[in-house]
Amino acid sequence: MPYGLQHEQEDIAPVLLHYEEYESLRLCDYDGLTHQEASFAMGISRPTFTRIYAVARQKVAMALAEARQLRIEGGKIYYDSEWHICRNCGCYFNNPDKEETVVKCALCGSSDIDSENDTIPSGNSECVEYRVCEHCGAVVNQQLFTIEGYYTCPACKHQHHHCRRKHNNY
Amino acid sequence: MKVAITSEGNSPESKVDQRFGRCSYFVIYDTETKSTEFIPNPNRNAREGAGPASVQLIAAKNISKVVSGEFGVKIKPILDSLKIQMISVKDEKSITEIIQLIENNK
Repeated sequence: MPYGLQHEQEDIAPVLLHYEEYESLRLCDYDGLTHQEASFAMGISRPTFTRIYAVARQKVAMALAEARQLRIEGGKIYYDSEWHICRNCGCYFNNPDKEETVVKCALCGSSDIDSENDTIPSGNSECVEYRVCEHCGAVVNQQLFTIEGYYTCPACKHQHHHCRRKHNNY
Repeated sequence: MKVAITSEGNSPESKVDQRFGRCSYFVIYDTETKSTEFIPNPNRNAREGAGPASVQLIAAKNISKVVSGEFGVKIKPILDSLKIQMISVKDEKSITEIIQLIENNK
């Protein structure tokens, strides 16, 4: 935890950096992900991510400029429970009771299980955004939709004002 | 113990529905009485909030495990706090196969 110059002075309040703001800085500036990839890793939309990230930078800059203490706490966060993968039936399952250790698969009872760590999509190839044409049902790479105020499906030339989004690794 | 399985149809041969909130049917399987119950999902065509509404439906039935394809970001925290175990099955399995796996588990 970084201490500002005047950390012993009681009257200067520390800058509170929320957990999600810290996470956005870590993913973007430390891990070097793009906003798109980082938002995907955090399970939020790209615009929401950019908003959180902007606040995070503003707070860090404030702490540096005003030599205030930076404290990481609070925010809207959710800790995912442990997830495991079964090599026998190929299913994923979580552990709702954190006190008990998982020894066998919740579905088939096999003991051939592996703990699953969250894999952050790396590289653009895994994080291509797809759009589903509501008119003809074609799944098309978003970049192939031409933007002229709205999206036009390259398959049926149907024009959309907004389309459903689809990620290929979801 | 009761297990909820999301289903694409109302027969035991149907496949597991990959969606949770907007699945066609919920299959409630009781491991003690070995009974299966098919419940049509009322939130199937809901405009929004299908996930949390489906969780309420499940939670009211005293379910301890849920088998589905994918769980959305709104559903995971709720199921976690209710201590309901989530099991995600990615490959196409029928309801009978899932029940068979649960039975062999005991």
